[in-house]
Amino acid sequence: MNAPNASGWKPGTPEAAQGVSGVETVTGNRGLMLEEPLIFEIGGADTCGVDLPTPPPLQGRGPGGGGGADIPHPNPSPEGEGLLGRLGGLLRTDPIGLPGLSEPETVRHYTRLSRQNYAIDCGIFPLGSCTMKHNPRLNEKVARLPGFADLHPLQPEATVQGALAVIDQLAHWLITLTGMDAVAMSPKAGAHGELCGILCIRAALEARGDMREVVLVPESAHGTNPATAAFAGYRVENIPATPEGRVDLAALTARLGPDVAAVMITNPNTCGLFEREMKAISDAVHAAGALVYCDGANFNAIVGRVRPGDLGIDAMHINLHKTFSTPHGGGGPGSGPVVLSEALAPFAPLPFVRKIGDAFELIEEGDGSEAAPDSFGRMTAFHGQMGMFTRALAYILSHGADGLRQVSGDAVLNANYMLRSLEDVLDAPFAASGPCMHEALFSDRHFAEGISTLDVAKALIDEGFHPMTMYFPLVVHGAMLVEPTECESKASLDQFIAALRSIAERARSGDQSLHQAPQLAPRRRLDETLAARKPVLAYEDPSSRT
Amino acid sequence: MRYLPLTDADRSAMLDVIGAESIDALFADVPEAARLSSPIEGLPMHAGEMAVERHMARLAAQNLSAGEAPFFLGAGAYRHHIPASVDHLIQRGEFLTAYTPYQPEIAQGTLQMLFEFQTQVARLFGCAVANASMYDGSTACWEAIAMAGRVTRRSKALLSSGLHPHYASTARTMARFTGDAIVHSPPRLEPETDFAALAQAIDGETGCVVVQYPDILGRIGDMTALAEACHAAGALLVAVVTEPVSLGALRSPGEMGADIVVGEGQAIGVGLQFGGPYLGLFAVRDPKHVRQMPGRLCGETVDAEGKRGFVLTLSTREQHIRREKATSNICTNSGLCALAFSIHMTLLGEKGLRALAAENHRLACLAADRLATVPGVTVLNHSFFNEFTIVLERDARQVVRELADRGVLAGVSLGRLYPDGDRRENGLVVAVTETVTAEDIETYASALEECLR
Amino acid sequence: MPRYFTEEHEWIEVDGDTATIGITDYAQEQLGDIVFVEVPAAGTALAKGKEAAVVESVKAASDVFAPVSGTVIEGNAALEDDPALVNTAPEAGGWFFRLTIADPGELEGLMDQAKYKDFVAGL
Repeated sequence: MNAPNASGWKPGTPEAAQGVSGVETVTGNRGLMLEEPLIFEIGGADTCGVDLPTPPPLQGRGPGGGGGADIPHPNPSPEGEGLLGRLGGLLRTDPIGLPGLSEPETVRHYTRLSRQNYAIDCGIFPLGSCTMKHNPRLNEKVARLPGFADLHPLQPEATVQGALAVIDQLAHWLITLTGMDAVAMSPKAGAHGELCGILCIRAALEARGDMREVVLVPESAHGTNPATAAFAGYRVENIPATPEGRVDLAALTARLGPDVAAVMITNPNTCGLFEREMKAISDAVHAAGALVYCDGANFNAIVGRVRPGDLGIDAMHINLHKTFSTPHGGGGPGSGPVVLSEALAPFAPLPFVRKIGDAFELIEEGDGSEAAPDSFGRMTAFHGQMGMFTRALAYILSHGADGLRQVSGDAVLNANYMLRSLEDVLDAPFAASGPCMHEALFSDRHFAEGISTLDVAKALIDEGFHPMTMYFPLVVHGAMLVEPTECESKASLDQFIAALRSIAERARSGDQSLHQAPQLAPRRRLDETLAARKPVLAYEDPSSRT
Repeated sequence: MRYLPLTDADRSAMLDVIGAESIDALFADVPEAARLSSPIEGLPMHAGEMAVERHMARLAAQNLSAGEAPFFLGAGAYRHHIPASVDHLIQRGEFLTAYTPYQPEIAQGTLQMLFEFQTQVARLFGCAVANASMYDGSTACWEAIAMAGRVTRRSKALLSSGLHPHYASTARTMARFTGDAIVHSPPRLEPETDFAALAQAIDGETGCVVVQYPDILGRIGDMTALAEACHAAGALLVAVVTEPVSLGALRSPGEMGADIVVGEGQAIGVGLQFGGPYLGLFAVRDPKHVRQMPGRLCGETVDAEGKRGFVLTLSTREQHIRREKATSNICTNSGLCALAFSIHMTLLGEKGLRALAAENHRLACLAADRLATVPGVTVLNHSFFNEFTIVLERDARQVVRELADRGVLAGVSLGRLYPDGDRRENGLVVAVTETVTAEDIETYASALEECLR
Repeated sequence: MPRYFTEEHEWIEVDGDTATIGITDYAQEQLGDIVFVEVPAAGTALAKGKEAAVVESVKAASDVFAPVSGTVIEGNAALEDDPALVNTAPEAGGWFFRLTIADPGELEGLMDQAKYKDFVAGL
């Protein structure tokens, strides 16, 4: 088998634990820590939190009834003795099983659930590679203006000129900030953007009759990179890293050849380092007839200071939910526009916005034959994540040229402060080679036997923090990747550093009580093994459980 | 700058700890030639809330929003009333500003919500298991085709002519690169779906058949026989639902034998937003297919004290573990939209969803009958839920523009959806939800009459 | 019956022209709790070094390669219901599959128990 578990992440069944408070309550609640049942346990089929007009209920015979009221009727009367629908004989008669709650119960259910979550609004959220920065509330406000929020994507273009202007303005700033030639706005998230970029590359190669089969990806890459290349029909090969955590230019150059379509590189990379030889890498890739894809997940480190276009990159996605602070929402939605070089711009997907004189128009299928003859086509319904575009544009305009440069500066300053404040207690594998970019990488090397990165992360929870990214990148055993972002004050950093120092010292001394962490969260460690061995993925009524 | 907490004194104290002279010195690894020495071209300095809000509000004012006019657009995006509490709750910072729940002990709020959401979607679709969401309906549709290929090891997909053309187009784009074969043609202006013809077209290479329910023209077809034909030939039936409110009135695809049911969840809880972010729904009828599903799954388990809790599970399907062998490259999905959907669905409950569906259908019947009285207008459908197609005697795209000038947003023309012509351009897809009033219908009918005169 | 080991942490027990294959105690220890095993179907022709099975823990999925070429006789059906057998009895009841060996010469160069022990100690 291939290397069993190179990352070192080895969760097992959690050790059984007693309640720690020592106080048992009737409700299971502990002060402000409130338990909340599932809606299926508290809601009812006849409860409704919305007052709706009460038309006569749909009537008709259910499946197989035949000849009933719900067959096509030439002149049905919608009013009167019950509604005679035109539902094709397919009226749903069996219970669906959707519980309802009144409005106060609904508000309370979700409010109580929300309090079991950690969030940026609660404190530092130093997940490396995720850029969890403050989400300005002005951006929420402008995204909800009815002129943006209450627009249908297929309204006549004359009625949506302001919306098209938002797309055009954001596109302009993304192109300007990256020094590229064009941008595809429709990708829905980072991985979708990667797909867009790789499809542009493939379309460009095919247009010159060049059927290449391989995409090279560094071992330290995000999992989305190899998955995207495979999803687009490529074979994936790894390229090794140097001992100091950067792409091995010599190994990469040696592997380049007529079968290599593209190289996917993250810069700054997932070890938190800038790829110093990026331009040389790009030149070598181009000389071999291939193209350079850059994973832009870490753009926050260089925004306003480095233009990827100056480094020879052909395509790069920008996670608007990272660098430009659109809220992550517990797992999305994201938005992943892709900036493109001159070589790839003609192959960008449909639809896109074009300005003719003072008016904006949307180029869609059918317009494409003249306006975009080489486009690789559509990759989603409609035009992209408009709700994220308004937020990102407001973010860019709020920060301005000076603010954006300060964003990357402070993000890098905060990460280096973290690195230097902790490198005496935590192993920092690449710290000797110089400053890091916007994230600081540590390993589990100094922990005593039996203590893992997972234990340290869970202990941070008891201290009131969200842990850093664990076990990524895969090239470092027991990796801990800390990305504080520019939104943390020095006091906030100092508090986090003090907590992590203390936990690191316990880990070095072999404090076995770390296995019990977290002890103070709404839940103790969860049994992920049980969840995977016997998956329960939907609620079953107790009566129907076997 | 209001979003940056560090003071200059902080910065210099921190630089002392680091041992660097300046922030610029921290960028030592960036070659000189790659550093931007000048400010970003054309971008003004930072701006206060008032100035930014003014700029954005001016742009918003250049649009005609749906609430400002009688509004009849659908075709994959629907305007429904969203209760005020939905938007309030999704703006709670603990939901809005949380990340993917990778640390379950401090993310039970998001995880329990996802478990509830998965169950609601599965039940609505008549399926066993739903995932924690995809980007939108169109990408979920392609993922379903790709999944059917993995299950059947066949690479041909037959797409109903009634499938949303953007969904078909998305699938064609992907198939061009993966080597899958997509069979699809635009719909004919007929009152019935093409399900019977699809059943005839299944052969030994067909991995899946994809139908939309109700379809792009609003027609409703029984997919029971088609499902049987698929299964007899070793293929899967994929059903696409772009208007989930319809399932408060219509039998579920799962009940009729669809193997994978995907959809666009925007209609419940998520606003129109000019096309995004939306909410991809993805469910399977047979639990044995779970390991081939794309996207995140939330499952129930217990914690170390034996208390019920929830975690993301079966993650070895996903890109962060399986890398190039993952079932999909998807990472970020539509978590907050899933929350909005789930809250709205909880407010409705079964009673409310059925009442909402009935009201939509009632108003749609009213509108269809009224528009049918306008000279030069024919209603195509025998069956429909809240959306139907009318056929005019001239290009509907132009009529839509003229009606917009008269302050009526009249629907989605088939000329916009199918720019190739072929006599479909006179078709107009009209959606009628509970947000439409009887006066709106009358205004529309009168304006259309004047326009066609 | 002779038992051989690979550097990829598989064991092969040979009985005439039949081999039983699984992963070693060291491998299961590295993986942690096993939650799913995908074994090859009977009749599958496997080439030496090619992917034959997949073993999953909660946070890792590893391919198991065929240590020798051959045709699969059976996969271990017990692992479907009880993947934990790989943790509790990796070199006994937690076996993955049996195959008919195509070329006994391929067994040459594999490690015996003592050599594998030294190999693991050096990791």
